[in-house]
Amino acid sequence: MYKLSVLILIASISGVFSLVASADSSNTFNRMLKPQAPANLPPAEDGLHDPDNPGTHMLQPPKEAFEGLVKAKWGNKVDWIKSIKTKKISPRHNASDAAPKPIIMNLNIVRQVKGSMPDVVFPHDRHTLLLACSNCHTGIFIPQKGANQMSMAAIMLGESCGKCHGAVAFPITTSTCKLCHSKPKAKNSVLKRSVTGS
Amino acid sequence: MVIKQNILGLGVILISLFTMMAPMKAQAEYGDVVINNYADAAEMRPAVFPHWFHRIRFNCSVCHADLGFKFGAGKNEITMAKIIEGEFCGACHNGEIAWSIENCDVCHSGISGTPTQVKGSPLRASNIAAPK
Ligand code: HEC
Ligand code: HEC
Ligand code: HEC
Ligand code: HEC
Ligand code: HEC
Ligand code: HEC
Repeated sequence: MYKLSVLILIASISGVFSLVASADSSNTFNRMLKPQAPANLPPAEDGLHDPDNPGTHMLQPPKEAFEGLVKAKWGNKVDWIKSIKTKKISPRHNASDAAPKPIIMNLNIVRQVKGSMPDVVFPHDRHTLLLACSNCHTGIFIPQKGANQMSMAAIMLGESCGKCHGAVAFPITTSTCKLCHSKPKAKNSVLKRSVTGS
Repeated sequence: MVIKQNILGLGVILISLFTMMAPMKAQAEYGDVVINNYADAAEMRPAVFPHWFHRIRFNCSVCHADLGFKFGAGKNEITMAKIIEGEFCGACHNGEIAWSIENCDVCHSGISGTPTQVKGSPLRASNIAAPK
């Protein structure tokens, strides 16, 4: 028993030393992976709202509003589509009248993707649940399958799907690739494509 | 040619993923918009528009189609004169659909000097490019 506690003592002291040593060293375990910033901070602490402004303290903290909504790993940490489908929230489709409901269009557009990533499926149904046709057609997209140039580079620049995805709708993160790249490719098609492509 | 394009695309993704790893400070809520075309010059705090709060209550089309808000932080050139005429925020913040505009500092709640921007993903190049 005694021996064990001495051992633990020695271990913890050397632990402290190694911590001190590693703090000085350039070879830390995680050099680039920084801890996640805290999410859904109250307005007075979010670095954007002025804590000296009385109105700031009247605003609702996001955590309180998101209580009970379906959680996600990205953006607001809320899965907005699932929160609507499970009736946790029912956003109005008209400013002053709660009765009108959106007309949902069921049309998936499959976009073949170069390389190994699964193909992209653009679901009209989820978008027409929230948006008007005129929000995309024709300002962002010509309504014709395959008529629009799309690429990840453009999306990352805030064009194409990136007009919304990266600003208000779910952003591009490792956990969201699959929401867009949702149609697995036929076997061997990756190889075939790159062979015929070069 | 195709391979070159793929490499370019992946390069953009990788570079952006690295910028994500930069140390993060306290973060405003995703989708918050700071509107400061005129506020600073008029010695008002910039207006902060919370998307998350409004999208719990309204679909995007209510503002971006019915009320004519263009997509783009600062692009609508909103002024108080337009708001009291019932345009933009004033279509709802009129004492009927939502509280009216006497509550100046509930909208004008940003830290002075914060430029017009959307607090979107730090990976979106147009967000990185926005001046700090
Ligand atoms: C489609 C209607 C609508 C429009 C347009 C609108 N709002 Fe609102 N807003 C609301 C409603 C409804 C509330 C909630 C009112 C309540 O709680 O009584 C609200 C609340 C708010 C709040 C307080 C959020 C909180 O934490 O309680 C702020 C800030 C705000 N709006 C800012 C704006 C600004 C800035 C604009 C214009 C750029 C704007 N709103 C345009 C409907 C609207
Ligand atoms: C969020 C954006 C968005 C919204 C909102 C939207 N669309 Fe589309 N639409 C697209 C995209 C993306 C494509 C595919 C274009 C491509 O492949 O180049 C498309 C394609 C189409 C096509 C062509 C289909 C084909 O087989 O050629 C039609 C027709 C269309 N949309 C009609 C509509 C209608 C009607 C509405 C409203 C009910 C609507 N869209 C709402 C983004 C949108
Ligand atoms: C005008 C804005 C807008 C544009 C442009 C847009 N989206 Fe969306 N998209 C949304 C919104 C809003 C949602 C709802 C989910 C959210 O807010 O995170 C959504 C949801 C989705 C979903 C459903 C995810 C789920 O949880 O089921 C997919 C998939 C998607 N978008 C793919 C795309 C693709 C691919 C493009 C480009 C071809 C695109 N979107 C362009 C606004 C947009
Ligand atoms: C908002 C939807 C969306 C999300 C999220 C998304 N992609 Fe894409 N991706 C697309 C679209 C659209 C294309 C272009 C398809 C085409 O060529 O028509 C694409 C194309 C690609 C390509 C092919 C090269 C190119 O630029 O055309 C790669 C590789 C790729 N994506 C990787 C990823 C990875 C990795 C992630 C996650 C970090 C991701 N994507 C997340 C929509 C998305
Ligand atoms: C519903 C939200 C909202 C409320 C409430 C509100 N404002 Fe504004 N105000 C805005 C927005 C948005 C702008 C545009 C900001 C910009 O681009 O700089 C603005 C701009 C301004 C400007 C600069 C441009 C101009 O039109 O002169 C002044 C000054 C101003 N507001 C004063 C006030 C005062 C004083 C009150 C209270 C009586 C008030 N605001 C209440 C949203 C609001
Ligand atoms: C209550 C009104 C309201 C609702 C609802 C709303 N928005 Fe907005 N949106 C705004 C305002 C205000 C701005 C800023 C415009 C300005 O600064 O001139 C904006 C800006 C934007 C931008 C531009 C961001 C940038 O890149 O600068 C996008 C994209 C956007 N909204 C998408 C959406 C989507 C997607 C939805 C639905 C999920 C939505 N909005 C719901 C009012 C609204």
